[in-house]
Amino acid sequence: MIEFLNPALILIAGGLLIPLLLPNLRAMATLVLPILSFWQLCTLPYGNHVEIELLGYTLTTLRLDKLSFVFSIIFHIAAFLGALYALHVRDTMQQAASLVYAGAAIGAVLAGDLITLFVYWELTAISSVFLILARRTERAYRASMRYLIIQVGSGVLLLAGVVLHFQQTGSLAFESMGVVSTGTGLIFIAFGIKCAFPLLHNWLQDAYPEATVTGTVMLSAFTTKLAVYALARGFAGTEALIWIGAVMTAFPIFYAVIENDLRRVLAYSLNNQLGFMVVGVGIGTEMALNGTVAHAFCHILYKALLFMSMGAVLFRVGTVKGSELGGLYKSMPYTTLFCIVGAASISSFPLFSGFVSKSLILDAVGTDHYVLVWLVLIFASAGVFHHSGIKIPYFAFFAHDRGLRCKEAPPNMLIAMGITAFLCVAIGVYPAPLYALLPFPVDYQPYTTAHVINMLQLLMFSALAFAFLMRTGLYPPELRSVNLDSDWIYRKGLPAVIKRLVLIGGRLRPRLLKELRRRGKYPVVWIYRHHGPKGYLARTWPTGSMVLWVAVLLGACLIFYYI
Amino acid sequence: MPENNDKNHWLDDKGNVDKIIWALVVICAGLLCADFFYHKHTHFAFAAWFGFFGWFGFICCVGLVLAAKEMRRLVKRNEDYYD
Repeated sequence: MIEFLNPALILIAGGLLIPLLLPNLRAMATLVLPILSFWQLCTLPYGNHVEIELLGYTLTTLRLDKLSFVFSIIFHIAAFLGALYALHVRDTMQQAASLVYAGAAIGAVLAGDLITLFVYWELTAISSVFLILARRTERAYRASMRYLIIQVGSGVLLLAGVVLHFQQTGSLAFESMGVVSTGTGLIFIAFGIKCAFPLLHNWLQDAYPEATVTGTVMLSAFTTKLAVYALARGFAGTEALIWIGAVMTAFPIFYAVIENDLRRVLAYSLNNQLGFMVVGVGIGTEMALNGTVAHAFCHILYKALLFMSMGAVLFRVGTVKGSELGGLYKSMPYTTLFCIVGAASISSFPLFSGFVSKSLILDAVGTDHYVLVWLVLIFASAGVFHHSGIKIPYFAFFAHDRGLRCKEAPPNMLIAMGITAFLCVAIGVYPAPLYALLPFPVDYQPYTTAHVINMLQLLMFSALAFAFLMRTGLYPPELRSVNLDSDWIYRKGLPAVIKRLVLIGGRLRPRLLKELRRRGKYPVVWIYRHHGPKGYLARTWPTGSMVLWVAVLLGACLIFYYI
Repeated sequence: MPENNDKNHWLDDKGNVDKIIWALVVICAGLLCADFFYHKHTHFAFAAWFGFFGWFGFICCVGLVLAAKEMRRLVKRNEDYYD
């Protein structure tokens, strides 16, 4: 391989060149390229490798250290498994987009400076939107536009933050920053949007379930975990993250309980799992950061596995609505089994991957004596078992047999699910290799008597609660419905306000014009005072404040254009 | 495989589902009893209370579902609400 070639470029260039290949070679290329890229990654030693000079600034486009290495590895595994799962797809747009998207995420993780990060950050947004568009429905199109606007908006904020940060510190390095200025604050919010912080979260639940069967699997792996990586790199130890993360673990699970679209339930639980990682970043100790990284690693696998199993159901049955499904274990026994492995992993059952990673975060929270946060995380752990661990497999594969009879998932999907499930169990049974990859030395034993029994108590009693609620009829039935979430603000609220304003404006127009003609001369004088040769606005302004205002204007344009 | 799909499955029998639930009850009871036999090293004193993780998990889940059910009254809309 070429010395110091950025592995991300192999995937991105490969993705862009895919349309030029013979159609029957394209699927194979999506499998081979992640292997090549992974091989290239493994040949690189730690350090800053590629530094380019641009307009007098030095950009480090390839930095490899323990943190970026472990994220690059799991992103490669996800890219490979996602490609295997999508091997039957004959849609060049999806094949190209998946590769570019994975490459962009890896490029962002390997970025050593904020400008390179920004470029890849935006590339993940632009490439991933095609995975939603590829569903080729009106609904998916609208969801994809909302998704794109929010993702690009995050990039705009990031760029504005980077420029302000650069102006204050003279540094473009992507390293630990903390929220200490307007610039770093904007960067923090940009990361927060991509990480689906509370109230900035709804793009995730809105868009992911609208993507294609295979697209959602890819989407679930990269964007949000890139944001977790970015937070861990830039804002470890920021206390606000502990509380933000705690809220993130708790509130999505209420929605998950009443949501009917099972892929949307998974999107809510994805949000909840991100909360655990964000808490770990907020605590910021070596153990907590190890926990965050380990949990991101395991989470990518089991969440992909769950989305794969629901994708297989969507592929075969044509719907993933809880209200329409049930009894599918008879037709799809292997998919059922793999889904249960994913469910056990996300619920952190002993011997499954979630157990060995989440424990690190819980222990770090306990060590730092955040009682309330610890209780919330335990509540969220019980809750995630309830809705992801039980609800997903129960309503899809068991519950009432609705007489749906279909074929088992295609072989490539089964193999992808099988490998992912194997990894989930392997990490759970033998966590040492994962622990060895973590950024700091691990001195932790997850399998102690007390820990195993406590976790089993929590999970088994949660299962008992589910059985109790089902038997007593207290459990809310799966209903065809949508649930209002914060996306209501920009899908209904703001458009309604604007409509009203336009209506009022139309009525007032004649009177306004009359008034304007009468009083018009005063503003002209006022404008001359400010904008004329001696006016304040005619002076030279610092570029930083100009960029800030341009960002504000661009952001406003995005919002108004959408509405 | 459609011809195999309509054979009687073990779970089709309601009695077997009951068996699973009773098994769950027995497992839970066993896990509670296990608390007598080991020493807990906890970060918080209350986490060492008898069966803490069991009853906390149970209460949380029942509370979660009942709260979500109430929340549904506020947030539930027809499927075509945004169309």
